[in-house]
Amino acid sequence: MIPASVQILHWSHYVAACLFALGMFGFLIRKNAIVVLMCIELMLNAVNLILVEVSMRSGHPEGLIFVIFIITVAAAEAAVGLGIILNLYRAKGTVNIDAFRELQG
Amino acid sequence: MMEFLLLSMILIPLLGSILNGLLLRSGSPARTGTLASTAAGLSFLAALLLCWNYLSTGQIVNVNFEWLRVGGLNLAWGFRFDAITVLMSLVVTGIGTLIHIFSIGYMDEEPTPYRFFAYLNLFLSAMLILVTGANLPVMFVGWEGVGLCSYLLIGYWYEDIKKADAGMKAFVINRIGDAGFLIGIFMLFQIFGTVDFESMKLIVDGSGSLNVRWLQFAAFFLFVGAMGKSAQIPLFTWLPDAMAGPTPVSALIHAATMVTAGVYLVARMGFLFRVSPDVSHFVATIGCATALFAASIATAQRDIKKILAYSTVSQLGFMFVALGVGAYSVALFHVMTHAFFKALLFLAAGTIIHGLHGEQDVCKMGGLRKHFPVTFITTSIAVAAICGLPPLSGFFSKDAIVFAALTGPYGGPYLWAGLSLASLLTAFYMSRFYFLVFFGEYRGNAHPHEGGWAMKLPLMDLAIGSAVVGFLGMPHGLHVLPNYLDQLLVPTVPGWEEAHAFLTEIQSMVVAVAVALTGIAIAAFFYLPNPARSDKAAPKLLAIDTILKNKYWVDELYEVVFVVPFRFLSGVAARIIDPRVIDAAVLFPSRLARAGGTLLTFIQSGSSQFYLWIMLTGGLLVLWQALKGLIV
Repeated sequence: MIPASVQILHWSHYVAACLFALGMFGFLIRKNAIVVLMCIELMLNAVNLILVEVSMRSGHPEGLIFVIFIITVAAAEAAVGLGIILNLYRAKGTVNIDAFRELQG
Repeated sequence: MMEFLLLSMILIPLLGSILNGLLLRSGSPARTGTLASTAAGLSFLAALLLCWNYLSTGQIVNVNFEWLRVGGLNLAWGFRFDAITVLMSLVVTGIGTLIHIFSIGYMDEEPTPYRFFAYLNLFLSAMLILVTGANLPVMFVGWEGVGLCSYLLIGYWYEDIKKADAGMKAFVINRIGDAGFLIGIFMLFQIFGTVDFESMKLIVDGSGSLNVRWLQFAAFFLFVGAMGKSAQIPLFTWLPDAMAGPTPVSALIHAATMVTAGVYLVARMGFLFRVSPDVSHFVATIGCATALFAASIATAQRDIKKILAYSTVSQLGFMFVALGVGAYSVALFHVMTHAFFKALLFLAAGTIIHGLHGEQDVCKMGGLRKHFPVTFITTSIAVAAICGLPPLSGFFSKDAIVFAALTGPYGGPYLWAGLSLASLLTAFYMSRFYFLVFFGEYRGNAHPHEGGWAMKLPLMDLAIGSAVVGFLGMPHGLHVLPNYLDQLLVPTVPGWEEAHAFLTEIQSMVVAVAVALTGIAIAAFFYLPNPARSDKAAPKLLAIDTILKNKYWVDELYEVVFVVPFRFLSGVAARIIDPRVIDAAVLFPSRLARAGGTLLTFIQSGSSQFYLWIMLTGGLLVLWQALKGLIV
């Protein structure tokens, strides 16, 4: 028995689900570190989309506030992530993440 | 007050040992020796006061501290000063003090005298614990303590591997005896429920319902302990080797005191041995065999200390015969007289060795009566005493033993004959020693000189002792003096009634003197006229001579029977059992863990995307589990 509120699906939910799936599989499959980072952003934005939609429909502003926070954090994360990738490139001359597996047992 | 004295008697030497060992590590022989001798002297003083107290009031001093309380065992640190202890503690502290003083002179060129004197004082303390202990475990503490000190002092010059080995040998052989002693203690606890001497004695004296067979077993195992400590057949081989230690040590530990601990043990447990006829016969037989065996070896030895060592083994055999036939007070009498004349002989040997710069071969001595006048006179007294010439101390005690062997409760003519033959041999080898060392011309090339007063005074004191202590135990048969010693010991050791025999006491004495004179005469015949030829003058019964020189090959026999198989077994254990069984068992768990770890290392590949795949799979599984019930 599925609760009633979940049954009410908006078309934007499908869009968000597609975006999240794209981001996730890109993250799992792609080898370029920058693309991997971009996939993370994609997943974050899929979540943002759902938050905005649900917040608009229910009239509660918390979802919108969350979105603002997530965008802020994502910006910081992107900056740090790019910095790390830059250093990885300096270390090995490549950004292929398969080149970085020193932490194995 | 008396309790305090008893404790001081035991603890002052211990204190001296600690002070010497910790504070005087750079002290000269004179300084460390003076400290040690003072400690020994104070202990002797305490013993004298305690003795005076016992003789004047007859009160037995007891000190008890709680030690163990386990199940039915209620054990105390109990010390007791009774009749046997009067005798033993006076001998130990008195002769001990004299030997301490002698050591100051003997060890005058030692680089580390503090070690020697610390051990010597420690020995004194342990020996006093042994003779004052009121129960078997306390006695065992002292027993092990003297064993340790014996080991430390035999191996005192440990840079010489042979001497260190001799210490080891003494220690290991004593372990065999100690195992027997421990088994004996356990059995006695099982039988009596107590290990206190007085309580056990009351039970034995009071009830006839004890199982004599088990008592005999316990007595036998105690005697095994005594065999080890007192160097009886078959555990005697360590004592001649123990001569590797400094000569004062041989005098104190391996002649006068420690080796008599076995005699003391059997006498202390006399109430037990008295009701164990089979074990008593065994003790007497072993004693008689040892007396003969060791005396015969002593006749062919050339090392001055080895002669005395075998003589000690032989004399201990005499004491065990006395114990075996049930004449406990007689055995203790001989312990006392032997302590005097044998300590004197060893100290005299020490003086000579010291004066000849380490020479120990009697064939390279001779004519020393001119160079060592004091030693000569004192040794003459000791030799006469051990040969059994009246009226010196050895005469009375040895005669008492020989007579007891004939008339004691478990005695018999064969023991009497054995001991008489052993007395003949004793007179022979002691006279041989005496003639070879002091008569004829000097055959060595050192510059003989006698030691200082620190060495001469103890010799004189011991000579006086050797001459007169026999009067304390004059036999009843002579009707000259009462037998003070018997009167003293009667409350503590079982008495005995003389059985009727084919000799009276006076006839036995006459025979003993005749035997001694014969032995001396034979030795004089072979060695006195021409000692320059020294050992070549020995009876040319070549086979016997070779056998005796090689000490019946007992050491070699033990080497083949025990040491070689033991080495072989140890080798098997080291090469097969240790790596294949024990190591394998220990290493198996570690190898298992390592193999498991190797199997699972593929999980940690270092690829973060692989981790994410696993995470995703796990997350989905969890999600599926959670929603399974919801989505029908």
